[in-house]
Amino acid sequence: MSNNVIEIKGLTIKFPMKVGTLCAADEVDFNIEKGKITALVGESGSGKSTVASAVLKSVSSPGVISAGSIKYHEKDILKFGKDELQKYKWSSVAMVFQAAQNALNPVMTIKEQIVETVLAHEPEMKEEAIIAKATKLLEYVRLEPTRVLKAFPHELSGGMKQRVMIAFSLLLDPELVILDEPTTALDVITQDYIFDILEKIHKELGITMLLLTHDIGVVAKVADNVGVMYAGKIVESGDIFTVFEDGKHPYTRSLIHAAPSLIGEVKDLKSVRGAAPNLLDLPSGCTFHPRCSCAKSICSQVKPEVALLDGKHVVMCHIYSEENKKYWDDRGEANGK
Amino acid sequence: MENKPLLQLENISMVFERKEGLFAPPVKVGAVVDVNVTLNSGEIIALVGESGCGKTTMGKVVTGLLHPSEGRVLFKGVDIKQMNRAQYDEFRNGVQMVQQDSYAALNPTRTIFQSLSAPILEKKIVKNKAEARERVSELLKTVELNPPEQYLDKYPHQLSGGQRQRILLARAISLKPKIIVADEPVSMIDVSLRIAVLNLMASLNKKLGIAFIYITHDLATARYIANNGKIVVMYLGKIVETGNVTEVLNEPKHPYLQALVSAVPVPDPRVAKSKRSLPLKSVEMPNPANPPKGCRFNPRCPFAFKKCEEVEPELYKYGNGLAACHKLENK
Repeated sequence: MSNNVIEIKGLTIKFPMKVGTLCAADEVDFNIEKGKITALVGESGSGKSTVASAVLKSVSSPGVISAGSIKYHEKDILKFGKDELQKYKWSSVAMVFQAAQNALNPVMTIKEQIVETVLAHEPEMKEEAIIAKATKLLEYVRLEPTRVLKAFPHELSGGMKQRVMIAFSLLLDPELVILDEPTTALDVITQDYIFDILEKIHKELGITMLLLTHDIGVVAKVADNVGVMYAGKIVESGDIFTVFEDGKHPYTRSLIHAAPSLIGEVKDLKSVRGAAPNLLDLPSGCTFHPRCSCAKSICSQVKPEVALLDGKHVVMCHIYSEENKKYWDDRGEANGK
Repeated sequence: MENKPLLQLENISMVFERKEGLFAPPVKVGAVVDVNVTLNSGEIIALVGESGCGKTTMGKVVTGLLHPSEGRVLFKGVDIKQMNRAQYDEFRNGVQMVQQDSYAALNPTRTIFQSLSAPILEKKIVKNKAEARERVSELLKTVELNPPEQYLDKYPHQLSGGQRQRILLARAISLKPKIIVADEPVSMIDVSLRIAVLNLMASLNKKLGIAFIYITHDLATARYIANNGKIVVMYLGKIVETGNVTEVLNEPKHPYLQALVSAVPVPDPRVAKSKRSLPLKSVEMPNPANPPKGCRFNPRCPFAFKKCEEVEPELYKYGNGLAACHKLENK
């Protein structure tokens, strides 16, 4: 029995469009460990939201999952029927969407929306029981239940709406909660407060979390495991300390070093050179090679394979792959740094 | 004239009136209240605060887009309201702005060359189109868009966010300004490219001696760009703390700034996981139309005492900085 809630293998998601086919996820292998907070970090367009939507089997049109499997406790959710899926969504895996402002219905009170959501999954449940549960959860996210239940979304601040969404996601006691950029557009103090609540929920209710973000600081603060995405691929994943302190992929290293910090000396930082690639016309070989400072000739020709370093630390870079070790050794170019 | 600071803001207040219905009296919102800031030539000031603190309004007052309800804006020692035509022209050319949303700030139906040549042709910095093309190419090189020919005839949608932000910087420097007001210039571009734009701003500051007012909510980038410059921290329209950026952020005196600094995530898991934030009494920002009595921060402040609820604190001096907190009164 594995210790993973979700195991993603070879997941490929394609968006066929008039101008060509866009590959938002390319053979993604990724695990979400039970009882841990796993973060998926990447810039806009790297495919993290697409991968998360695949975990809920709700990739937005025209995207199709063209290959791979997503296993929820050994069962492939991509093969789920309608009933199984209905049960799986929200009661096993729930999601807190980016920009909570748009996730709530503006013409319904919070109470009506909560009752509607629960009844859609558990038609037998009594309204009083639903309200009682919602009250408890709203208190959990430090809101006043009596006031908030009666309120329309526009009567709440951005931070409050986000907390309502977190309470929403917990309504059916899911095992996994996916948080898609839960604090973008919120102020720093509110952001900190929300992560405080999320960490408490994680510890006390033992809920596994998948956090999607572009903010390296947030990842450092809350995550146990981290996966770094670039142009639809997971280029590195592993334990948070390993990836931050002994990151192997050149992209990971430059991403972490490109983050200005409030501590330590102010030193000149270097950003990753060049711009994010066009997903419709990806560079050949390793997709990162035009921006990579250690790129060699092989990088523009051959796609790198996944290399397992130690434990669960995985990196997708020619420098570390077993087959190419000889290639580098022969040329005396093998350098871990 | 010689020793006059480049720009002085004296007791600036900006009050907006919001209509509440046909017969109800309008509600007055003090977006900026009694703010004093001095900017010397070649200096970088970081203007920091959360949403609704009045930092963008301040930027608009500095550029002359908004006329303050009270107070004076002095450019090279002259009140902008009492300037003659030539002086006012000098002020408008001398203070340029870089907006947050680079896509909205560029006309989508004009090429980069059209957008960038219009101001220099209008202000007669160049004589004709051929000269304009040369000048625009130079500008693009200055903002590190090489080779310029690749960008001149493109439309804004064909460029990435980072490139568009550089175009805005090129447009801002085209009139040889003394001051650039940059309002959240990097908040909409990818993390890996942010540093490049910040580095570019720092190099424009060094090479061309342009003073910057960098408006942001992000303390880490403020510290990075204003390296050894000044920081002005605002809360609900008022300055709560100001001083040297490194000193202020290393040892914030005002409880609001202490809370803000402690809430910023640090990109180092060992530090971030052990960092404890200052617990506030409330996370909700009060309504700016009806700010709390006394110190504006008192309903959220964990150290608030009786006086804080009654008397609004002035800016007290400490070390090299100023902070508006009653705790500092007797020190």
